[in-house]
Order: sequence, then C-alpha cells, then structure tokens
Amino acid sequence: MSQGLRAGPQPFETAVPGRAVSVSGVSRTYAQRDRAGGGATQGGVTKGDTARAVQALADVSLHVDRGELLAVVGPSGCGKTTLLELICGLQTPDVGTVRSEPAALMPQHDLLLGWLSAVDNAALALRIARLPRAQARARASALFAELGLDGFETARPYELSGGMRQRVAFVRTLLSGKPVLCLDEPFGALDAITRAEMQGWLARALQREPRTVVLVTHDVEEAVLLADRVVVLCPRPGRTVAELEIELPRPRARTDPAVTALREQALIALGLGLGLGAA
Amino acid sequence: MRRRAAHILPAVLLAAAALGAWELYVDLGGVDPAVLPAPHAVAAALWENAGLLWQNFKITAEEVVLGLGLALLSGFALAVAIHFSPLLRRAAYPHAVGSQAVPIAVIAAPLVFWWGFGIFPKLVVIALICFFPVVVTTVDGLAAVDPDQLKLLRTLDASRWQAFRFAELPAALPAALSGARIALAVGVIGAFIAETSTATTGPYAGLGREIMSDLNSLQAPREYAATAVLFVFAIACFYALTLAERRLAPWTTRPTGDPR
Repeated sequence: MSQGLRAGPQPFETAVPGRAVSVSGVSRTYAQRDRAGGGATQGGVTKGDTARAVQALADVSLHVDRGELLAVVGPSGCGKTTLLELICGLQTPDVGTVRSEPAALMPQHDLLLGWLSAVDNAALALRIARLPRAQARARASALFAELGLDGFETARPYELSGGMRQRVAFVRTLLSGKPVLCLDEPFGALDAITRAEMQGWLARALQREPRTVVLVTHDVEEAVLLADRVVVLCPRPGRTVAELEIELPRPRARTDPAVTALREQALIALGLGLGLGAA
Repeated sequence: MRRRAAHILPAVLLAAAALGAWELYVDLGGVDPAVLPAPHAVAAALWENAGLLWQNFKITAEEVVLGLGLALLSGFALAVAIHFSPLLRRAAYPHAVGSQAVPIAVIAAPLVFWWGFGIFPKLVVIALICFFPVVVTTVDGLAAVDPDQLKLLRTLDASRWQAFRFAELPAALPAALSGARIALAVGVIGAFIAETSTATTGPYAGLGREIMSDLNSLQAPREYAATAVLFVFAIACFYALTLAERRLAPWTTRPTGDPR
C-alpha cells in the first residue's frame, strides 16, 4: 500500500512534461458513518470492515494535460466529488498516488459568504493572500467587467440569482491564482435554460482566462459541449469505464450530429442505450 | 415617520389599556393605594421627584452600560477561547454554568472587600449575571458554521486564523448578538441586584437603592416611579442594540420576502 505521507497531492517535480494532474491507481473507501457526517475523521478502513464501508473510488487512473478541459461524467455515487477533493488535497488516497499542480475547488453549492458583497466574495483568495482590500477589489472588479458581472459588485449573495451566484463562485476560483480549477457540478442546481446559458458563459470565460480544468458533471451533453476529453465513471465503486476524445471545433452546438453522436457513445458507456438517453 | 408611528402604536395602546385597567382597579377600591399606588399617583411622584430620579438614573445607567460591556467582552472572549480549545471547553464550561447558580449576596462581601464601595464590584455583579447567554450563543454560533465553507477556505489556503476571521466570526455574530440581547434584558435587573447587594458611599446610589429605601419608608408611588424608569430604560437599551445590530451584521436584516 503506497499511502501518501503528507496531506494533499504530492508536489509535481516528477511529472510528465505538460501534465497538470495525474491520478494513478487510486482507491478510496469511507466508513459508512463518515458519510452520514457523524464522524470527524475520514480515515481508510481495513478489509474486515467492508460491510460497513463504502468504496468511493476503485483503481481510478486519469490525467489532465496543461490547458486541457477534462470532463468527468457519471451518475451520483461514482466518487466524482471524492476525486476532486483528492486533486485539491482535501483528502488522501488509501491506495495509489495523486499528483497535481495546485488546484482550487469550485464546490457544488456556491458557498458564497453571506456577509460579503459579490466582489468581496470573488476576491476572497486575494484577501487570504493578504492583498490590501482596495487592490483585491480592483482585481475582482476587472474580472467582473470582463465576464458580464459588472453592476453586481456590491450586491449581497442573497440578492443574486442562482446563475449569478455560480458566476461569482467561478471568479472566486479563478482568482485563487491556481493553475488547476476543479469544478464540481457547477451548474447542477440550475434550471435547464440558465444552465445552457451558463455553459456558453463558462466556455467564453475559459477562452479569456485559460486554465487547466477538471469539470465534474452528471450531464453528458454538458461534458461533450465543453470538454477536450471526457472520462466516464460508473458508480459503486467509482471506476473509469470509457474515455472519449472530443476533437470538435468551438463553439459547439447541441444539435451538431457529431455532438449527439459522442453523447450517445458516453451514454452507452454508462449503460444507457440509444433512445433511453434521448429524453 | 408615519410608518414608525404605526410600528410603535400597538405597544403604546397596550400600555394605555393596562394603565387604564390598573387605574380603575385602584380607584374602585380593589386594593389599598399604600400597597399598590394608582398610575396617576405614580405619574405625580415621577414629576415631583424628577431631579432625584434623574441623578439616580445616571448612576444606574452607567452601571448597566459598563457592566454589560464587561459581560459582552468577557462572554465573547470566553466563547472564542472555548471554541479554539476543546480542553478549555471541558474545563470551563461546567463552571460557567455553575456560576449562574451562585447567589450574588454570597459573593457580595468579598467583592466589596477586594474592590471597595465604588462602581467596579457592581460591574462585576452585572457581568456575572449577564455573561452566560453571550457565552452559550456565541459558542453555538461558532460551531454552527457550514463545514463545507471551511473546506472551501482550506482550498484557498486560508490559515486557521483566516478561517475564523472570514467565516466563523461573521457566521457567529448574529447568534452572539442574540445572546447580547438576552444579556441586556437581564442587565437592568442585574444592576438592581448589584446596587442592593453591595455598599455605596456617594450621595446617590442608583435607582435600585432608591427603590429599596422607598420600600422601607412606605413611599410606594416613588418606588413605582423609579421602577417605571427602569422599565423604559430596558426597552431603550434593547432597541439601541437592535440598531447596532443593523450596523454590525447588516446581512441578517435582509428585506423580507426574498427568494432564499
């Protein structure tokens, strides 16, 4: 068992050139009570405990190249969130290694701080890095103007719509200054129309501010529309079942036959045949 | 202005109805006025003794404000210390609870022995009576912060102190302010207990002492007049804190009917 000695992914000196994240042979098991939120620790459990344990990831290997957008698709329970927390250094694998450049997490729920204005929420990482307030605000405001958030700088989170909150959360993630962005179902809680809007927005935002991105989603279409490559995970335990290269020009249209073909391919990998996934 | 009038009208009407019923009850001979004076007699006593009551009020108000300040500071500091140290929590929390059972009369003598006849022992008494709700609400508020929010701050490389400053402290502030409001409500009666349980040498000894001496000299109307001043003072303090809360934690007073 090659267990990481320090919390978080190991530093990246031994990396393949041009590679931002590499996950090799990673397994992660939780004791069941941890999932219920009762226990403070999330330590791995021994083999005798399997009846009471949930394996989130089983022998998962994947990599992300610098500047690449990797989408990880799968139904709930496939360990997507665990994967991102491993990359961000919030957890350590039981087995296997995770190597990554510094990564910032954009959580499923925006987790904006209710006591800060939108621009102060976006600038949180800069304030943590001890930048003076005025400078932090100026940098966040500049991104607000660029990314269609101008006019909302002083709004409090509760005054913003769900889509706007996700935009602010994304700017906060960008301003962390980390080369890798881990987006955890960023649009999962939005209605279909807002989600479509936000997918276009994210594609444009990443064109302006290119980063390495790991996008976790349960929306196969979203993955095909946005990603350079799609990894399909299956649940219980989470494991990779397919990998699709998406070599289509951008911007991509939902109705493009090449997009729908790739979508069907991913759905088949998930065990959902033609027709079933069309709804 | 009109909206404000509409806002306080129910309280004014209720007070008027209660005073009217009280007046009728006494006037119709339901009770000896020496036992329960009629509101008009209390109002007259208030008017005649305005100077005396004002001097005593200033003493009591100073005690309440400073005593509450001491209670809020010590209560908040203890809560933060307990939040950071599980050991201190186990060591100090039971005793903080127990301290609430100590009758002030029991400790009044040593307090005066240590700190004399001045204001300080009275502040200690008020703080002792008021600090507990601040500790309890602040400890709970600090513990109730969303753990995912702390996780997020970790991914942004926040130190323990920064997690406290950016997430835990503001998240706990509304709860701490609720504790402060409870403390304030008992702070005025705390001043009464402080005055009547510790000795004073000045010419005016506060409204609590005034009430006790009127009680002993059968000056019922003045005793009730002094009580009325305490009654109004407690209300004024409460609303002063509500105003301060709007300044300190504006996000908690969001407009009603918002979607979230």
